Amino acid sequence: MGAYILRRMLQSIVVIFGVIIITFMISRVLGDPVALLLPPEATPEQRAYLTKDLGLDRPIYVQLVVYVSKVVRGDFGMSFRHQEPAMKLLLDRIPASLYLSLIATLISVCIALPLGIISAIKRGTIFDQIGMTLALLGQSIPAFWAGIMLILLFAVQLGWFPPSGYGGPKHVILPAVTLALFFSAATARLTRSSILDVLDMDYVRYARLKGVPEFVVIMRHVLRNAFITILNIVALQLGLLLGGAVITEFIFSWPGIGRLSLDAIYNRDFPVIQATVVVAASFFVVINLLVDIIYSATDPRVSRK
Amino acid sequence: MRRGLGELRKDLSIIDVGKGTARDERTLKLKKQFRRIPKAAALIILLLLVCAIFSPLIAPHDPIEQNLANALKPPFWQKGGSFAYLLGTDNLGRDILSRIIYGARISVIVGFAGVLVSGIMGTFLGVVAGYFGGKIDLVIMRLTDIMLSLPYILIAIAIIGAIGPGLTNIIIVLGITQWVGYTRIIRFEAMSLSKSEFIEMAVISGTRWWRILLVHILPNVLNSAVVLGTLDVGKMIIFEAALSFLGLGVKPPTASWGGMLADGRVYLTFAWWLATFPGIAIAITVLGGNLLGDWLRDELDPRHQLKA
Repeated sequence: MGAYILRRMLQSIVVIFGVIIITFMISRVLGDPVALLLPPEATPEQRAYLTKDLGLDRPIYVQLVVYVSKVVRGDFGMSFRHQEPAMKLLLDRIPASLYLSLIATLISVCIALPLGIISAIKRGTIFDQIGMTLALLGQSIPAFWAGIMLILLFAVQLGWFPPSGYGGPKHVILPAVTLALFFSAATARLTRSSILDVLDMDYVRYARLKGVPEFVVIMRHVLRNAFITILNIVALQLGLLLGGAVITEFIFSWPGIGRLSLDAIYNRDFPVIQATVVVAASFFVVINLLVDIIYSATDPRVSRK
Repeated sequence: MRRGLGELRKDLSIIDVGKGTARDERTLKLKKQFRRIPKAAALIILLLLVCAIFSPLIAPHDPIEQNLANALKPPFWQKGGSFAYLLGTDNLGRDILSRIIYGARISVIVGFAGVLVSGIMGTFLGVVAGYFGGKIDLVIMRLTDIMLSLPYILIAIAIIGAIGPGLTNIIIVLGITQWVGYTRIIRFEAMSLSKSEFIEMAVISGTRWWRILLVHILPNVLNSAVVLGTLDVGKMIIFEAALSFLGLGVKPPTASWGGMLADGRVYLTFAWWLATFPGIAIAITVLGGNLLGDWLRDELDPRHQLKA
């Protein structure tokens, strides 16, 4: 198991390095920072000075090495737009993103688990059909439209919640539900199929043959074994959400990482774009790694593969 | 039994040759298979295609022509609405229904082209990784890991920011960001195929590697690629709508569902119909794609059929 974890850790490090190099390339493709930072009427001397100052006159591989060595220390440079380090701007947004993702994940789990479990256990019945139709609908509705409709209904018509902004429980409900609708659809379907996988196992058949009451079979044998797969799905979604829910945050003016990165792209604020992409990807990779470690610790078959 | 596209094609070739009773049996089987297509999915996709192809014939009004005297008319069942504008008009007096019908064109193009570009890229990389294995496989797999961990909406927005909005650029971005799903699954299949006897025979008999990939491996992974592609059409359409919603998609005044949503969002407090109907159009279209994809997966993968 130790060797497996070590290998997965190495893989994760390679992936994060790859992401860092890609962000470097994207910033070079996106445009010339000198032209963005200086007004059009700047003299050639001023341009040359800034080019030298930013290190853009050096060979590209030297720039890459300097960039990577800074990034691994958490230094993405100063934001072009705001006179603050990009990393600090990002760290300021983490609480809002964390808050929204946790609530959204919580709501999504509360919807998806009962739906998936009931659909699987009552396979083929009307419960299953209703549950899976709901899930299919949830997957077909674009999240940003769902968000707009929630605003229309609950903020404009009924006035129960504020249409946008950051604050207490009232503010978080609509954006969290918007995110949860989409994720719970996928989670419900995956929960159902992972439970069905377990239901097909010999040990479940054996338990039933033995005369174990159905409720006990479900609780002790089925749910316990399907739980790891479900945990996996939920964790990955949390990992995705932590990196910022770009469009939902945009619709609800939620001051999270997603909003920050969108603004940064509109402003061509490279250091901030790079910081958000690298941090979002790292969240995803680290959570992925943690899930795999938990997975291999609970199921020895994984690390032997 | 795997009842796949390969089989279907074989069936068809036998029909061509014509073999009496066997032929009748097979046409019957084909007919049966087509009859099982979920009706809802078939209906939605047919409707979408008809709207996209014949939009000038169906749409009651010009989708672009502005008429400010008619601005913000509600749908016909509300007070102030009229049957001339069934779903009402937008802030520039354009007929919502006509814009939705014309908007189907963008969604159909993006849905198909996006799937085609990303599917070809992903399948190619998957086949190569699975067949050659070793270092090539390692590099491609790490590349898919990197792509999966990147927040792809951000990457898409950043690339569009650099190369500019527009239909072609959206399709390019979809291709760049969405190939990973194909690669992972196709690689797995190509890997187990390359260990099978008929591939070994081909290698022994001196068949060139590109011929093995093209003639022996590709046809056998095509089933999965088609299923994945069908399931992806909806994702592509939502992706395009999201980009257009952020103002990075198709340029106005061309009607696109995402762009209409963005326009409608501004008028949400007093004209609900602007943002509501394009969203319904997206949801129904994506539902059609998902239904068809689910059905196709069950048809081509008997293991899933048992579960459904």
